[in-house]
Amino acid sequence: MIAEHVAFGIIAAVMVASALRVVTTRDIMHAALYLVIVLAGVAALFLLVGAEFTGITQVLIYIGAVIVLFLFGIMLTRTDFDQDEETDHKRKFPAILTALLLLAVMIGALVDRFEDVKLDANLPGGQTPQTTAQVSDELFSQYIVPFEAVSVLLLAALIGAIVIARREEGG
Amino acid sequence: MTAATVMSGLLAVEVPYWASAIIKVGVVALVVPTAALVLGYVFLLKMMSFMQSRLGPMEAGPYGTLQLLADGLKFIQKEDIFPAKADRTVFALAPLVVLVSTFLIYVVIPTGPDAVVAQLDVGIFYALAVSSLSVVGILMAGWASANKYALMGGLRAAGQLIAYELPLVLAVMGVVIQAGTLDLQKIVTAQAEGEIFGWGGIGNPFILTQFVGFFIFLVAVQAETTQPPFDMPVAESEIVGGYQVEYTGFRFLFFFMGEFGTAFAFAALAAVLFLGGWALPWGDLTHWGFNIAGPVIMLVKVLAVAALIFWFRFTYPRLREDQLQRLAWKFLIPLSLVNIVVTGIFKVVL
Repeated sequence: MIAEHVAFGIIAAVMVASALRVVTTRDIMHAALYLVIVLAGVAALFLLVGAEFTGITQVLIYIGAVIVLFLFGIMLTRTDFDQDEETDHKRKFPAILTALLLLAVMIGALVDRFEDVKLDANLPGGQTPQTTAQVSDELFSQYIVPFEAVSVLLLAALIGAIVIARREEGG
Repeated sequence: MTAATVMSGLLAVEVPYWASAIIKVGVVALVVPTAALVLGYVFLLKMMSFMQSRLGPMEAGPYGTLQLLADGLKFIQKEDIFPAKADRTVFALAPLVVLVSTFLIYVVIPTGPDAVVAQLDVGIFYALAVSSLSVVGILMAGWASANKYALMGGLRAAGQLIAYELPLVLAVMGVVIQAGTLDLQKIVTAQAEGEIFGWGGIGNPFILTQFVGFFIFLVAVQAETTQPPFDMPVAESEIVGGYQVEYTGFRFLFFFMGEFGTAFAFAALAAVLFLGGWALPWGDLTHWGFNIAGPVIMLVKVLAVAALIFWFRFTYPRLREDQLQRLAWKFLIPLSLVNIVVTGIFKVVL
């Protein structure tokens, strides 16, 4: 398991460093690009524990779509390269405090739940722990209700976004 | 010793993990520029010239075969220019992001029973995901150039690539439903061993049942590689090359290799998904000989698909932005959804 530990260490270090740069850099474009590195790190961690489908989905959705929307929005609304004062905010200390509190809660919850859980590294037949077929089988049998609920929620959000955009256009 | 034993002996050699990783990286690093060169020469220089009743390059090498090598050397010698107001780091990284996205697609393309860099359970899904990374590089280039034409080109490219990624993915769904797997190797096997109403003479290449998907896939590929008639993002006559406008020398060469390398990769994906990939429907698919014949069979099919792509490129005039978006959202996406529903019904009924 040593190789996995080393890989995890490197990926985690890069992710933490990039995540810090996301919030400390003054250039909003750079912040978005550092976020790309963080999200790629998440995908790499998913691959590391053998969740291929989730890892690839992470790349397709977050880097291929969400970040592209961020960049698109930044490019449409800003025109200068100068240091952007608006990225600084007078309420940044309460924000830091909230973020640290959230971090403490999440670490506590994760350690409490997964402290003694070990991934089974020796699956029969050298299979990856989770194939795409298994994911879809579970998604469409055991988790069919949450899956459909999420679909309806996304559809509602989509229609809501269109309604809001059209109203602004008319008024 | 017969050739078969030599070959099986070669395959039985245990290569340490790091060595096989280096070999694989080397193979991909060789294939991408070669693919870009072949496509550039055969289609961009020669086929376009013949269609326009001219000869094309004839001086460098026999029939101008070395023209692109000469061009490449010229690009490498050029000064590495950064615009004065450019965001230097992002400007320098952007072509690399595009090129890496191209390289990553090649990792899963199979050219024989063992001749594949990595056989992934999520094969085609992975290929489509990494191909979408190039948008980030294009947006980076458009922003960092500090040039309004570059910015407009970047925005047009992003709008176009997002719009055409959907029909691209949805067109592949039909094949995935029919084959019942995302694994590119298994998609190849499914076609070679398939039967048409019980007759297995030519296997069952999915282009016969998924011809709608094939058509949508080709149109979407044309748009994804920003080739004419979908070249709004780089339109020379309007925005003088879009996001590429400030790039010179080897950085421009990276964009060029990325464009043609991606076109080749998508042609290879189309060959695997719709034309049966490296396999022929006769003979034993696990035979070692397919590791040598496979790449040749693949190349023939890839060039056939690429010929179609470039034929469109040289034939149709540029689409306007609204026509381009309407084609994607109001025609290709509904059509591909209908295709998925019909394929699903047939899959359940048959």
